[in-house]
Amino acid sequence: MDIPSGYVRQPAEQRRRQPRPDYGGGPTPLFDDTSSPGDPATFQNQQQGQGQFYGGMAGQQILSDPMANMAMQYGSSLATQGKDVMEKHIDRFISISKLKYYFAVDTTYVGKKLMLLLFPYMHSNWSIRYNKEEPVAPRYEINAPDLYIPVMAFVTYILVAGYCLGTQNSFSPELLGMQASSALVWLILEIVVITMAMYIMSVVTDIKTFDLLAFCGYKYVGMIGVLLGGMLFGSMGYYLALAWCSASMFFFLLRTLRLVILPDASHDMVSSGGNKGRTYLVLAIAVLQPLFMCWLTRHLIPSQN
Amino acid sequence: MALGLYSLIEAALLCVNAIAVLNEERFLSKVGWATDTVSGFGEQPGMKSQIINLIRSVRMVMRIPLIIVNTITIVLLLLFG
Repeated sequence: MDIPSGYVRQPAEQRRRQPRPDYGGGPTPLFDDTSSPGDPATFQNQQQGQGQFYGGMAGQQILSDPMANMAMQYGSSLATQGKDVMEKHIDRFISISKLKYYFAVDTTYVGKKLMLLLFPYMHSNWSIRYNKEEPVAPRYEINAPDLYIPVMAFVTYILVAGYCLGTQNSFSPELLGMQASSALVWLILEIVVITMAMYIMSVVTDIKTFDLLAFCGYKYVGMIGVLLGGMLFGSMGYYLALAWCSASMFFFLLRTLRLVILPDASHDMVSSGGNKGRTYLVLAIAVLQPLFMCWLTRHLIPSQN
Repeated sequence: MALGLYSLIEAALLCVNAIAVLNEERFLSKVGWATDTVSGFGEQPGMKSQIINLIRSVRMVMRIPLIIVNTITIVLLLLFG
């Protein structure tokens, strides 16, 4: 985590004014700084220049008071210590390093994936090329699951739901929170039920919990489309959009999960009983998504009169 | 349905309580879900033995935390409705 701490520490350590090391060293960086106009080195120099400018103004006041200086340094070291302790504790529940891979996306991936979620019928190659040890960053492989799209789609869904409620003159800020927690609760329930089903049917797959979270979170993209269709074109538009998005999500999940959960034909150790259970599991996951899409958007569309 | 996070927590607590209450010798043996009959190391665990193992492990692991969480929940519900 060099990038955020480097940028955050700039204004706090104005006394040293050392040139920051280039962050491009080490293994392939997971996140390229594509937001800068030039290459990352010039961006860093700009940042440093700005930091020095601000530090120059404030530094005179700070330098003149050594107590405040010491307090500031002590505070910043406390903050770093607190961050380390928190990271160590959080690491026991959610592995942060694995979580970073799911957010390593770029614009072309997001665009292609959204097209794929809404129109998956033309895609031909659904397999994921990666080695089993480490997860692949979605930037390099379009079939890999990511968590960026589900998170963004969830927040957008809440906002669009608020807008839908507003057009029916029944909006209040508490409703936004209720929508958010309700959708979150259903998502958690779905993940828990699927995980328990996988355990009970003793289906041992490569799929991890975050992958499952990503796949179940893709339905929020469809729900946004359904809500927009319902708002723009009335209840007929709602049902049409629901049918289309349900079919797309069903197809997408079938093709994707078939390669993850069902074993290849080359495995001989898996008995045929396991195969039947896995097929049912894939079907159940794929069928749950349209049901949830319908359930979570029904109460937001104005009923037909 | 306006579910909230608290509803989820309460529902989960009630479900885990329900699993923990299933007594081994008074109920499960009579139904045929006793744990001493499924100890073979077969190739496929099968669904029934998985469920039996799950019930047994939930009972063993969650006994003490359930006491604590139940007490806290009862006190909170009494105080705040």
